[in-house]
Amino acid sequence: MLEIQNLCYEVEGEEGRLGILRDVSLTIPDGKLVVITGPNGGGKTTLARAIMGLVTPTAGKIIWNGQDVTALDVTGRAKAGISYAFQQPARFKGLKIGDLLELAAGTVLRHDEQCQYLTRVGLCANDYIGREMDASLSGGEIKRVEIATVLARRAPLMIFDEPEAGIDLWSFSQLTKTFQAIHDQGEATLIVISHQERIIDLADEIVLVSKGQVSAHGPKADILPGLLSDGAMAPTCYGKKEAETRG
Amino acid sequence: MDKTEWKVLKEIAELEKVPQGAYNFRLNGQLDGRQTTEHIDIVSKTDKPGIDILVKPGTRGESVHIPVVLSQTGLHDVVYNDFYIGEGAEVDIVAGCGIHNTGCETAQHDGIHVFHLAKGAKVRYVERHYGEGPGTGENVLNPKTEVYLEEGASITMEMTQIRGVDSTVRDTVCYVGPGGECVINEKLLTDGAQSAESNMEIVLQGAGATGRVVSRSVAKGDSVQVFRPCMTGKDQCFGHVQCDSIIMDRAKIKSIPAIDAQSVDAQLIHEAAIGRIAGDQILKLMTLGLTEEEAEEKILEGFLQ
Repeated sequence: MLEIQNLCYEVEGEEGRLGILRDVSLTIPDGKLVVITGPNGGGKTTLARAIMGLVTPTAGKIIWNGQDVTALDVTGRAKAGISYAFQQPARFKGLKIGDLLELAAGTVLRHDEQCQYLTRVGLCANDYIGREMDASLSGGEIKRVEIATVLARRAPLMIFDEPEAGIDLWSFSQLTKTFQAIHDQGEATLIVISHQERIIDLADEIVLVSKGQVSAHGPKADILPGLLSDGAMAPTCYGKKEAETRG
Repeated sequence: MDKTEWKVLKEIAELEKVPQGAYNFRLNGQLDGRQTTEHIDIVSKTDKPGIDILVKPGTRGESVHIPVVLSQTGLHDVVYNDFYIGEGAEVDIVAGCGIHNTGCETAQHDGIHVFHLAKGAKVRYVERHYGEGPGTGENVLNPKTEVYLEEGASITMEMTQIRGVDSTVRDTVCYVGPGGECVINEKLLTDGAQSAESNMEIVLQGAGATGRVVSRSVAKGDSVQVFRPCMTGKDQCFGHVQCDSIIMDRAKIKSIPAIDAQSVDAQLIHEAAIGRIAGDQILKLMTLGLTEEEAEEKILEGFLQ
């Protein structure tokens, strides 16, 4: 179980301290597929990065399976079973896709195992295992390899930050099947940041994050209708515009 | 050869025992073992130190190992090796020099190699340089390589300096004939107070000649590196120079690629980049459970792979 308690993250802005995460508390039970959604700039990625340890919160706690991981670094959290697929993955000159999958798995992988991870993200394995993770790969390809590395880790907590961005339609449908399959096996908890209706549709629970706070959290059936109807996904300037119109 | 010397040999030539095919071992400036084959002859020079390697036309799938090991401090070994590769022959040549310096004096090896590749000949040349030893004496390697490619001949040179070489100046010149191809993959790692300088000149002098240089380096500590690859096109040809370096600590790297077109049909490109290890690369590998140090090591290992 993942428990986030009163998490805050502030940065120094031009107009003083700016709250990116403002007292976020959230409990995610084991084996659930939770989609975090909400307007751009609302704090979703910062929240996910804080769980992985990529961002150090200014206050609050993160408890994973009863262990307070707030003070652990990225490596420590990875070893504790947390994994994270970056929204904008890194490229590596010289490191091959096969090498990266093996680093992720922490062991030497057979050819068929490597193939399996790549197939699950819609890549034809034979074309990719020996390829370098460099600028010769397109944005969509690099994104899919990124997701494959998280699959290869087989961690009990998998966080995917906008996995659909840059991915073509065919691969996207493969991706939703893959998320569904992991979820069906029930071995991992999935947190997916997404704006895609088809991914939101896979969720057990939806968390709506906006202006650094959890503005709604509950079962899909409770949250989804509201999302689709009342403009909760509108940009953060929505309120301002509204005020201007009224004014 | 003793245990230490075999260990050095393993580093430079991946040899654990005497190899198959032709070989010539040079230890502390002396011949330490030689084998020739029906198609490959090795003959000692009479006017100066060194050997002639003669590969008969049409030779296929054979290899020549010519490693050099220095374990005697204070020795300055200069060797002249000439390679004559017959028409249509295809061979692998594994050279390289390893120094195990236990003393306080400089150990130096200057290998002067000249390759003559006849029409259609094909060579894969692997050269690894390595230094070690508890001594305070410097390990110095100054190789000079000259290559002449006749029509349709091609050479791929993999030149790697792994570690432990205090000072190196590498001079490489390659003349590429019509339809010929010269590919150079250079890999260099320096650390501490080491210095490395690599000068290359590839002259594409026949129609359809191709040249490719890919140089990758890592400079750590207070080390200094200078690269000067120059690609000259004198006819309808294609040349590409790519220098990529990772800079760390207080190191200094200078990369000065040059392209010189002397024909309107010469197509020449150069790229050069120097930068530190990107933070997002380290973070990615840390999310896979590696420590920061392990991540850095993997990134460098991959880069110089």
